[in-house]
Amino acid sequence: MTDWPILSTVTFLPLVGVLLLLLTNGEGANGRRNVLNIALLTTVVTFIVSLFIWIGFDNSNPGFQMVEKHEWLSTGISYHLGVDGISMLFVILTTFLMPFCVLASWEAIEKRIKEYMIAFLLLQVAMTGVFVGLDIVLFYIFFEATLIPMFIIIGVWGGKDRVYASYKLFLYTLLGSVLMMLAVMAMYWQAGTTDMTELLKFGFPAGVQTWLWLACFAAFAVKMPMWPVHTWLPDAHVQAPTAGSVILAGVMLKLGGYGMIRILLQMFPLASEYFAPMVFALSVIAIIYTSLVAMMQDDIKKLIAYSSVAHMGYVTMGIFAANQQGVQGAIFQMLSHGIVSGALFLCVGVVYDRLHTREISAYGGLVNNMPKYAVAFMILTMANVGLPGTSGFVGEFLTIMGVFRVNTWVALFAATGVILSASYALWLYRRVIFGALEKEKLKALLDLSTREKFLLYPLVALTIFYGFYPMPVLNATAASVDLVVNNYSAALAAAKNLALNVH
Amino acid sequence: MIYKAIVFLPLIGFLIAGLFGRQIGAKASEYVTSGLMIIAAILSWIVFFNVALHHGEAGEVIKVPVMQWMQSGGIDVEWSFRIDTLSAIMFVVVNSVSTLVHIYSIGYMHHDPHRPRFFAYLSLFTFAMLMLITSDNLAQMFFGWEGVGLASYLLIGFWYKKPSASAAAMKAFIVNRVGDFGFILGIAGLFVLFGSISFETIFAAAANYLPAEGAPEATQVVANIFGMELTRATALTVVCLLLFMGAMGKSAQFLLHTWLPDAMEGPTPVSALIHAATMVTAGVFLVARMSPVFELSPDALTIVTIIGAITAFFAATVGLVQNDIKRVIAYSTCSQLGYMFVALGVGAYGAAVFHLFTHAFFKALLFLCAGSVIHAVDGEQDMRHMGGLRSHIKLTFAMMLIGTLAITGVGIPFTPIGFAGFFSKDFIIEATYASHSPVAGFAFTLLVIAAMFTSFYSWRLIFLTFFGKPRASHEVMHHVHESPNVMLVPLYILAAGAVLAGVVFKEFFYGHDYDAFWKGALFTSEQNELLHEFHHVPALVALSPFIAMLIGFVTAWYFYIKSPETPKRLAASQQGLYQFLLNKWYFDELYDFLFVRSAKALGRFLWKKGDVAVIDNYGPNGVAARVVDITDRVVKLQSGYLYHYAFAMLIGVAALVTWMMLGSSM
Repeated sequence: MTDWPILSTVTFLPLVGVLLLLLTNGEGANGRRNVLNIALLTTVVTFIVSLFIWIGFDNSNPGFQMVEKHEWLSTGISYHLGVDGISMLFVILTTFLMPFCVLASWEAIEKRIKEYMIAFLLLQVAMTGVFVGLDIVLFYIFFEATLIPMFIIIGVWGGKDRVYASYKLFLYTLLGSVLMMLAVMAMYWQAGTTDMTELLKFGFPAGVQTWLWLACFAAFAVKMPMWPVHTWLPDAHVQAPTAGSVILAGVMLKLGGYGMIRILLQMFPLASEYFAPMVFALSVIAIIYTSLVAMMQDDIKKLIAYSSVAHMGYVTMGIFAANQQGVQGAIFQMLSHGIVSGALFLCVGVVYDRLHTREISAYGGLVNNMPKYAVAFMILTMANVGLPGTSGFVGEFLTIMGVFRVNTWVALFAATGVILSASYALWLYRRVIFGALEKEKLKALLDLSTREKFLLYPLVALTIFYGFYPMPVLNATAASVDLVVNNYSAALAAAKNLALNVH
Repeated sequence: MIYKAIVFLPLIGFLIAGLFGRQIGAKASEYVTSGLMIIAAILSWIVFFNVALHHGEAGEVIKVPVMQWMQSGGIDVEWSFRIDTLSAIMFVVVNSVSTLVHIYSIGYMHHDPHRPRFFAYLSLFTFAMLMLITSDNLAQMFFGWEGVGLASYLLIGFWYKKPSASAAAMKAFIVNRVGDFGFILGIAGLFVLFGSISFETIFAAAANYLPAEGAPEATQVVANIFGMELTRATALTVVCLLLFMGAMGKSAQFLLHTWLPDAMEGPTPVSALIHAATMVTAGVFLVARMSPVFELSPDALTIVTIIGAITAFFAATVGLVQNDIKRVIAYSTCSQLGYMFVALGVGAYGAAVFHLFTHAFFKALLFLCAGSVIHAVDGEQDMRHMGGLRSHIKLTFAMMLIGTLAITGVGIPFTPIGFAGFFSKDFIIEATYASHSPVAGFAFTLLVIAAMFTSFYSWRLIFLTFFGKPRASHEVMHHVHESPNVMLVPLYILAAGAVLAGVVFKEFFYGHDYDAFWKGALFTSEQNELLHEFHHVPALVALSPFIAMLIGFVTAWYFYIKSPETPKRLAASQQGLYQFLLNKWYFDELYDFLFVRSAKALGRFLWKKGDVAVIDNYGPNGVAARVVDITDRVVKLQSGYLYHYAFAMLIGVAALVTWMMLGSSM
């Protein structure tokens, strides 16, 4: 097992599916079925294989595990993969959500299903690559590569304003990626290596850190997204097909959070400390501002998209609290949000497939004829609100505890999210689910089909499971986060000593 | 094992009725959930006798670990139960009332098509409440706290077709969340001060937390909370006030009370269980549980007293003029909770929990009787359309009379004879008078006035409902019927509690057997001698609640029996005051304006002006608009598919990477 390159296998296994799809004729009902089956099989197999990463993972080892390293070209860039407690679960999250995306597209995607699935599988390769890549160039290439399939997915299979949405996504991301590319080059010139394990130890000079930090932050803040560079997200979500939204909210936003921990916090601790107040301010604004905006939306998907931005506010806040609770809470919050918001977008997809509208006002009283749907939606809504006993609570609670230790004002403002999230989420629920069933169009709606139960129930079950027993996640992340936090404070202490000695 | 059984039996009931209610049918759901509750209630009483009435050592606590919950640095939280006298009392209160409400609901909800769901929610509520009262750390308490909030939300909104019910459910949840906002910050504050959120560690550290007078630690800054440099003493005050904010939300105290009257939209058994006997007392429980911390902060306790006294008074004034039978009782609950907080605030924790205990019986009784009345008159809740029901529903009338005697505190002064409320309320009023709190006089005055109002509105309810000429339509009067036994038996049991709970238990809760009974579950500092002092208040003070009760009774009798024209004339002549009270001091209107409307307006403003007009307009749209212009043209030229652009992007990125690699190899 030690010799088996499991990370490469998991990362590139979807390419086998792509190859098979290319050989398949996707025309006609049979072709369509073949395409769907191949895609589903590929993603399920990848998920099962990826579970071996978790099984083989040593919780007590804070460093990188399952490392694979090969020289690549003669440029000093290497093909270097590995996972630690911070990245490992994101790999699992990615492979876990993919089968759901395929299932969610089972009937909803009518045209060019083959190309659609190829785009998704390529997207999976890129996303997994970001989390396992240990060379900064590899990281950068995968990070940017995620954009292309997503751009295509929204631009081709999206709603009626898809072109606008996809270009907005592209423009925002372009800004960040150009800056990050400069940063990557600067890091190489400074440190003489692109190996992230080396860069982590390198210790950039304080002045350089500031600029590198800002450049990378731009890229991650857009991906996250943080206020005020968040406006691409609601449009992207609204236009994206259901599966696109699931992957966008479920995994792609986490690329930003992962980058923040891995690169900003670990490589540029001094700059992170210097800019932490700014990040706190942006996080708090994100929580309050976007929650208020979410409340007033009349499009279900937009509402959930805005609530995602608010939830990511807890993540950024927790990361830059830079203590055990903050960072672990942030990682947990990202994983939980991946499950919960993914499931919420699937919920929207369920009614969208039936009625082809996302207007909140078009619904009302669904509990009358869709009780199973109402229960699933209720549990997910409560998870979105952060009710204890759902996974949404653990991350929110830990990040607030963590940040309170650092800055009580931030905790105070962040805690208003407790009130605001209840306001927008319950109001949405009330308008869509409760009430009498009066609208003619809604009366014929059927409750969850078997396929939809397969989609929603596992996610709902996981939401509750991790609410009561988050330990598998917390155990896996503890050692690495501990290392991150200790290195961070050690770096700060060293800098302080240096400053004292100089004066 | 017995403890796990008590807590998890209701959960099992919830899962069975909730998941399989449709398959096993309504009858089976009712019997399963109620049966499990009966077992849990019997076990609770056994625990009560074993733990509370058993002579053990002070500080004796039973810990029952279940499993790990969260672990992150200093936050190390287990699912586990902490059993002492306080939780044993709450076991009895919660499970007894819950069981009786389950049984009562079999009759009350007889015609409802969604009975499995209803019983599932009731059991879910009970489970959450038990998790709350048995918690041995603040996180689990918060779990129970939010769990009961969820159950309350689901039950208030049980009749989801009624828009008013959905609105009330939402309001209850959100207003409670305002309190939770403080609660969660309070937890964070305790974590910063004590490095842990488990009770054991906090209580152990709290005992020696405050430095001696003049010690260097006394002025040392231990925390900076919200810009304030805090010493140990002031930091505790801030933390206590944050926790109390949570208590205010859950227990519907003044300023955060607006959800409770609206919560009456739920079915009446729910009001009895959640919004009278158990959930709303969670705030009282929180402060009592945290007494080792609160006792160290006289300033926080003063605030608790003030808020409690204002609530007791305010809610009683509103209760005077309400016409909805359930709303009168709801405001009465609010007011009685105020009494409990005053008791906590002056340091008479035992008296507060004693009132919680007796109140659970007589308030649940009153609500269930009200339900029986509503059941009899075909769903009518407005007392103006009742009257003269005494002879038609004799048993309900008798039970409601007992409840009223208990809540108004009828008893013979200076003797151990009286209804439950007589003892617990008098204890609170006397302890308040005797206490050294700086606001003792203020609180005492408001409490005595509130006692008078309590007596007035309680008797007003009785007179309007049961006496006088029937004001309901002939058709309704024709159908008036006594409730079935399945509803009446719970009333008898609660009535027995309302009669006996005071006499039997007064010495344990706040009397000679105090120390042996509590065994340190409630903490009082050495300076707190209230337990002995309150016996020595002047006779007039001891008599004051009795006198207030008499005045209230006589006035109500005069207004509604002797001369029914008087209240109308009074309302007409004092129009301003009447409207002010009838509209509940205009709190709903004020909050609607201050928070609801302004939040919506702000949200719309931020969206339309912030996101769209500023960020998008100056950000991507300016650029995007140009891009779209160009692409539109290009689209026409080419086949119109986006692949080309994607392909162009791919090439672009590849070019960038290549350039970079070349750059890096140089």
